[in-house]
Amino acid sequence: MSQAAVLEHTVGVEPAESPLTPESWGKLGMWLFLAGDAMSFGGLIAVYAALRMGDPKWPIPYEYLGVPFTAVMTFLLICSSVTMVKALESIKHGDRQRMRMFLVLTILGGATFLGMQAREWTHLIDHGMHLTGHAATGHGLFGATFYILTGFHGMHVTGGVIYLSCILGSAAYYTAESHNSVEIVGLYWHFVDLVWILIFTFIYLI
Amino acid sequence: MEKQLDISHDEPNYMAVFYALFFLTVVEVAIAYMPIVKWLMVGSLVILALVKAALVAMYFMHLRFEKRTLAIVAIAPPILLAMFVVIIYPDTAWRFFVGN
Repeated sequence: MSQAAVLEHTVGVEPAESPLTPESWGKLGMWLFLAGDAMSFGGLIAVYAALRMGDPKWPIPYEYLGVPFTAVMTFLLICSSVTMVKALESIKHGDRQRMRMFLVLTILGGATFLGMQAREWTHLIDHGMHLTGHAATGHGLFGATFYILTGFHGMHVTGGVIYLSCILGSAAYYTAESHNSVEIVGLYWHFVDLVWILIFTFIYLI
Repeated sequence: MEKQLDISHDEPNYMAVFYALFFLTVVEVAIAYMPIVKWLMVGSLVILALVKAALVAMYFMHLRFEKRTLAIVAIAPPILLAMFVVIIYPDTAWRFFVGN
């Protein structure tokens, strides 16, 4: 039963609609959370820009970071966003099985991304790039900014994978008429993808 | 009764958006390796990244079909952050000239 219907039965009064997203308060909540999260990431990226702009001796990223490997990671995350959209589309048409399948694919995409991230970090640490310093160039901040930015994002992906798994676990509750939770997890996942698109550009390519 | 989810519209072509994103990513990686002048590379990469981010936001996150005010909520952080970067510019410029 929808939220509105339950409340109507209980109270007999039309419940308040969320001002910007009439179908679901949770959706507005997620958008507001994402706006704040965007500020967190944005703060980190802005400081990265400030540190790099003022430093002519900053190491050239693609000389030390694996750009092709990371490009595959970017592609993977974009694909997982597509499967997420497909999952939502499936439940909108009432097809719970397809939704489950696409959610599984999305989770696999995210988990593989994390695995590749772990592989990349291990490789870099083995070659002397640490939080405290970069062995090859002696630069004090190159490693710190890299690990903090990608690590903060990686934590978001991890949280997203767990969140997606919970939604998958409760798949039986969703129908063509009532599936706001699926849309909301989709918003979070697309945000994580969006942030990665920006991080990939600023840290690896520029 | 469940509310009408949003103004009735055709489902966007998600695969088309995906192909666009894939193509833009390839272009970005190609540009990063091109021997072009720094400001042109940074400028074009930033613009491409913003276009990709806008595609994800407008179509995957459905912003194109939501109420206009929600888009304002979404666009406010990038604007505030652009202001932030501009405001701290004297600090970065100082570091550069002092040669830190």
